[in-house]
Amino acid sequence: MNAAKRAITEQNLQAYVDGWLSPARQAAVEQYLAEHPDEAARMRDYRAQSEAVRAAMRDAEPSVVPERLLRAARDGAAGSGRGWLVRAAAAALLLAVGFGSGWTVYGVFESPRDSWFAGVPADTELLRVATAAHRVYAVEVRHPVEVRAEEEHLMGWLSKRVGRPLGAPDLDRFGFRLMGGRLLPASSGAAAQLMYEDGGGRRISVYVETHPSDSKVAFRFAEEGGLGAFYWLDGRSGFALVGPLQRAELLDLAKAVYQQIEM
Amino acid sequence: MTDFSRRLQDEIPALRRYARFLIRDADRADDLVQDSLERAIVKRRLWHKPESLRPWLFALLRNVYLNQVRRQTRRPTEVPLDQVFPQAGRGEAQTSAVMIGQVMAALDGLEPEQREVLVLVAVEGLQYKEAAMVLGLPMGTVMSRLSRGRERLRRTLAGDSPPTTATLRRIK
Repeated sequence: MNAAKRAITEQNLQAYVDGWLSPARQAAVEQYLAEHPDEAARMRDYRAQSEAVRAAMRDAEPSVVPERLLRAARDGAAGSGRGWLVRAAAAALLLAVGFGSGWTVYGVFESPRDSWFAGVPADTELLRVATAAHRVYAVEVRHPVEVRAEEEHLMGWLSKRVGRPLGAPDLDRFGFRLMGGRLLPASSGAAAQLMYEDGGGRRISVYVETHPSDSKVAFRFAEEGGLGAFYWLDGRSGFALVGPLQRAELLDLAKAVYQQIEM
Repeated sequence: MTDFSRRLQDEIPALRRYARFLIRDADRADDLVQDSLERAIVKRRLWHKPESLRPWLFALLRNVYLNQVRRQTRRPTEVPLDQVFPQAGRGEAQTSAVMIGQVMAALDGLEPEQREVLVLVAVEGLQYKEAAMVLGLPMGTVMSRLSRGRERLRRTLAGDSPPTTATLRRIK
């Protein structure tokens, strides 16, 4: 009750625009806006601005990350051959703190073998493709899926094309209903995307692809502004769950997907 | 590969976006990202885990950038934002492309301080205290810049000072 009674501040309104309010405060602000149409219009404008700037800066994003940047994230300056400045700084720091505690430079010289592997790690690529596919199809009003959930052959068709048996995870208890699925091109051949929607119109997608070799990577989480993703590799399959949800909510869903998608 | 390196790789798209926003040149922005990633590997023990990685990386990248700017004698020419973030092949309705072009032009017209706060909060999804950390400012300052920037943008878009014709032509 207190949260509802407190006066609405400009800071509350900004946080409302950015989606940072607690549910109680959110409700109070919504009620305030219902009573103040001018303020409501102002908040709608702010949200539209944010949407437009976000769309402009994110859609222009080049999809392929240059190898030199992936290498820098993996090996630091040791991988680039041009990071003399960083190495000099590290060496200076090493001298400054004494050789007994040389941990600061550990990253620079660590596991040089890693730097000989070329290309993008399978799980990073999986995340990139699954997220890109979500961004493309989740906004579709008329054609979010290729084959609708009502059609019985959906899972049989996807299983056959992707090359592994797939069951559509039942996410009803989280409020998400299966809309259907589609086939996507993947480096290994075909990948599948299942799209779900909840009562509020939020859409999440499950992405599945197969790989020629076995690997195992536990659940990883990544977040790109409004989109969150859990992804994992299990044997010859890679999975990702992508959606505009907070980490905790997405994790519960990812666990359900993990348990149910095997057939 | 270490877990830290994986997390770094996941943040590369956001870092490139922020770097391009600051420098407004794609190649030099990638150089800045590379310098920052290399530095992040060296300094990784200074990142405290429960904190989210993005604001820490942004603060680091911004420091590298400011150091570079300080060393330069000549200010770089300002390229309009919608040239830095071109809308190649947008498959959506024309009106939304026009809206985006106008908003980007209006964003360019803001004070740099307001513009940067807005981008960190609205595009990168940083919390207010995280944005304050990146910019090295008190949270109250971040909040007031955000709210003034938003209102200024709104007035510009409402027609107080229309976007330039050059912008309108480009997004046609």
